Amino acid sequence: MENFAYHTPASVADAAKLLETHEDAKLMSGGMTLLPTLKQRLAAPSDLIDLAKVPDIKGVCRDGDELVIGAMTTHAEVHENALVRELIPGLASLAGQIGDPAVRHRGTIGGSCANADPAADYPAGTVGLGATFVTNKRKIAADDFFVGLFETALEPSEIIVGVRFPIPVWSHYQKLRHPASGYAVVGVFVAQTKAGVRVAVTGAGPSAFRVSEMEAALSKDFSAKAIENIKVDAADLNNDIHASADYRAHVVTVLAKRAVAARG
Amino acid sequence: MGQYGIGQPVRRKEDVRLLTGKGSYTDDVNFDGQVWAAFVRSPQAHAKILSIDTSAAKAAPGVVAVFTGSDMKADGVGTLITDVEFKDLAGKDMFRPKRDFMTIDRVRFVGEMVAVVLAETQAQAKAGAELVMVDYDALPAVGSTAFAAASNSPVIWEEHGSNVGVHWENRPEAEIEAHMAKAKTRVVVDIVNNRVVPNPMEPRCAVAKWDNDELTIYAPTQGGRRIQQGLAKIVMNLPADKVRVISADVGGGFGIRGKLYPELGVVSWATRKIGRPVKWRGDRSETFVSDYHGRDQINHAELGLDANGRVVALKVWTIVNCGAYFAENGPRLPINGGGRIIPGVYDIENFYFSVKPVLSNTVPTDTYRGAGRPEANFLMERLMDAAADATGLARDEIRRRNVIRQDQMPYRTQMGMLIDSGDFIGNMDMAMKAADWAGFEARRAESAKRGKLRGIGLSNFVEPSGGRPTEEMRIQVTPEGKAVVYAGTHSHGQGHETVWAQLIQTFLGIPFENVSLIQGDTKIMPKEAAGTFGSRSSWMGGVGLQRSAKRIVEKGTKIAANLMQAEPEKVSFDAGVFSAGTSSVTLAEVAKASYELKNLPDGVEPGLDESYFLKRDPEEFNYPNGTHVIEVEVDPDLGKIEMLNYIAVDDCGKVLNPFIVHGQVYGGVAQGIGQAMTEMTVYDDEGQLVTGSFMDYGMPRAHHLSMIDALFNEVPCKTNDLGVKGAGEAGACGAPGAFVSAVCDALKGFGIRHIDMPLTPDRVWTAIQKAKAAKAA
Ligand SMILES: Cc1cc2nc3c(=O)[nH]c(=O)nc-3n(C[C@H](O)[C@H](O)[C@H](O)COP(=O)(O)OP(=O)(O)OC[C@H]3O[C@@H](n4cnc5c(N)ncnc54)[C@H](O)[C@@H]3O)c2cc1C
Repeated sequence: MENFAYHTPASVADAAKLLETHEDAKLMSGGMTLLPTLKQRLAAPSDLIDLAKVPDIKGVCRDGDELVIGAMTTHAEVHENALVRELIPGLASLAGQIGDPAVRHRGTIGGSCANADPAADYPAGTVGLGATFVTNKRKIAADDFFVGLFETALEPSEIIVGVRFPIPVWSHYQKLRHPASGYAVVGVFVAQTKAGVRVAVTGAGPSAFRVSEMEAALSKDFSAKAIENIKVDAADLNNDIHASADYRAHVVTVLAKRAVAARG
Repeated sequence: MGQYGIGQPVRRKEDVRLLTGKGSYTDDVNFDGQVWAAFVRSPQAHAKILSIDTSAAKAAPGVVAVFTGSDMKADGVGTLITDVEFKDLAGKDMFRPKRDFMTIDRVRFVGEMVAVVLAETQAQAKAGAELVMVDYDALPAVGSTAFAAASNSPVIWEEHGSNVGVHWENRPEAEIEAHMAKAKTRVVVDIVNNRVVPNPMEPRCAVAKWDNDELTIYAPTQGGRRIQQGLAKIVMNLPADKVRVISADVGGGFGIRGKLYPELGVVSWATRKIGRPVKWRGDRSETFVSDYHGRDQINHAELGLDANGRVVALKVWTIVNCGAYFAENGPRLPINGGGRIIPGVYDIENFYFSVKPVLSNTVPTDTYRGAGRPEANFLMERLMDAAADATGLARDEIRRRNVIRQDQMPYRTQMGMLIDSGDFIGNMDMAMKAADWAGFEARRAESAKRGKLRGIGLSNFVEPSGGRPTEEMRIQVTPEGKAVVYAGTHSHGQGHETVWAQLIQTFLGIPFENVSLIQGDTKIMPKEAAGTFGSRSSWMGGVGLQRSAKRIVEKGTKIAANLMQAEPEKVSFDAGVFSAGTSSVTLAEVAKASYELKNLPDGVEPGLDESYFLKRDPEEFNYPNGTHVIEVEVDPDLGKIEMLNYIAVDDCGKVLNPFIVHGQVYGGVAQGIGQAMTEMTVYDDEGQLVTGSFMDYGMPRAHHLSMIDALFNEVPCKTNDLGVKGAGEAGACGAPGAFVSAVCDALKGFGIRHIDMPLTPDRVWTAIQKAKAAKAA
């Protein structure tokens, strides 16, 4: 690891200023992804801007029909939070399936989404619930946020402040864990929202995506049977030593069916 | 025997120290003025080195020196050890490529060391290493085992003209084919025994210091004597007593940590060269590309059976991928390590065996938990399952008809080994009963209702244990009556601090808490110390202690007689007390007296300090054996396997401490399940290690396993005084066969009879799709 200057700004505005005034600065939340890249010398930022001391971007609250989760809220907090469990149990369950206890107590929703790992779980949850990312500059719909492999709509000095989740009627997450990393080989988030059924997939492609054909079928008939013959095109999916694209395409359907069946 | 005697489940003494951060590992060692080493490792699998430019690195901040293999060679440093010699049937010797400590003009695997950078801090050393410019001329690479043996593959060692080191055979094939021809049924299996990356919890580390014309090196080893000798002779050109190797606490060995690794040679040579202590702390990425790997065989085998399901002949062809060089034991593993036991627990008279150790552009392979025996047992058990299919006999029945029976013991195997004891039928009965094998079909039906496919599998195994044939152990009884054990063995997770104390309490009556262990320092450990590997410690170390204790009692008797004014013949010893008639003295009193000349009878040296040099007869191997049963459930839609139940029945002879043996069984099973279920090592066609981190390499986790019920079918070994057999490698031998058998049982409705390890969801699902397609066609 190379030397760097370490900053702990007390506000989002200060953090943004630091980010803008230092050429090679990096934001840090839980550090679960960032720190290993520094240790492996894959990155050597001049400045680390740790968001740990920013007071108002952590925690969960309800705002009308939305649940607002601060960017610095850890996966463990989301998993255990009573409001999340009551209002969006599917999301609480998703957070509890991320990594291992140590990772869940450090990793944050902001860091996870900003990182946009193709196999991360939150992208399925945010897209699946039709969430909105709130940054220091604007609001971005989850549908527009995940642009590609490790790529988001965030501008270089933009900071995620929180995520707003419309409270759904019902939601559920199904995940097939990677045999080595524990990330999602495929994860499928199904939600019945006030705006309609949403089916979001992570792990299978370069970034999270929705399966509109399944959404349409489920809108008419919310049953596992309704989607059993709907398959995403394997040509667009990831293909690696752990899972072929064909396998992933198949698993998307299996997990979507299981998620729907969980509605009972 | 009391709370701490032999056979008691005594909690491990060392755990409090180790679990509260008070262990003393190599990385805890630092010296004033030390420099840090970072290695420049090849990113190429196979290339000529055109030039190495170290000038930018030398000019970098904090860099003290940069050295290459040529610098070491110029100082007369030799090449690494290949401790193996085999000939083919015509008498032609095995090819033995030479490996420099840092390669000079050619790289042969990704991760091979090209240069070392020494700097004031570790960060500066690593930054310096990035500045060493190596000009490579890439050559075609060989990443896979099958390709290495193929006639059209690139040749890695031109001077040999082939990647096959030797074609070893136990006898001409035709002799066995004559028997095979009489078989009623012939079954063939083709299996891949997957390469694994051992990954002890502690990454490698070394601290070397040159002082007063002596080298001291700290490193995690499995007993440093052989490394000391290697460093002294090959690297330092010194007498062995001028080299001191210290391995205090070590975070796991598994066979691979007992070797003289090139990094050890480099830091040893470098500390003398620059006159400052040198420290290297490897990271996990370096573990992946520089620690020796394990397994990696391709087996083709044929079994012939008569009308009664009795085996008439067995033929096995093995290709073992030894990597870019033959490591210390590489080619030995399939032949002496495992191959000689291939007929396993079965009475097979006619056996043909062919082995081709091949070289490839991969990390060298060497001993890893079981070292050839898990591969051998797995192969034999896959054959037995195939034989069950072909004959229509149940999987346990075909085994029952062929196992070596107790009335055949001692049993001389085809490869000349003498199995002294073992109750192979009893193992199966016990395991099947504990697993409720008889009630399995009802459970299968219950699973089917939930859309799951349930399967059960079993595997037998036997695994000759003992390793090298010599060991030395020493007991010193202090004037305070405490015992210090100076062990030639080396505990790096096995719990010797506990078990040796149990033995001392049993043999000498010295309280458990008054026994301490000194090990892992070549300066003070016994001269003939060998170390711990090959499940040898309870036998070689335990019996060595028993005999040293006997000498303590013999000498103590003379001193006690003198103290009690009795005839030595009249003195008896029991539970720490010497008695003669109505008088008695304790061992502690005798120990105290032994250090005072006035108490010593004529001709008796002061002190109560005895050692025993144990030399094992070749017939005195021991044969741990057992039967393991696994029950699984397969989710056919995802190909995902869940392990539901694990029964391990082990015969490790007399059990010294069941708590510790259970730990050995659990650990071995976890590694065996890891190989069978999650651990996939992939080199691509360019020879790049694709699975070079825990993001891609699947270590087994707690949630992959079920609870393990470890039972003993104790048959004391007949060839050693303690009746012990090895226990360290059994789990790794039993698990893979039982696991694959169970999964194939679950999938039998599809006609699937084998899937190569590891059985990841993707592979299982793909096998199901292929089977469905084949049925439809
Ligand atoms: C062993 C292990 C297992 C894991 N398993 C899983 C898993 O199963 N599923 C899963 O989804 N994830 C998994 N993760 C990822 C983990 O859960 C974290 O979510 C992830 O590492 C990033 O979160 P973080 O808070 O640590 O971010 P950091 O590492 O601090 O930052 C990550 C990136 O985001 C940027 N960033 C951080 N915060 C912000 C912000 N507020 N605004 C803009 N940019 C920001 C940083 O600059 C950096 O580039 C695993 C990680 C590890 C180490």
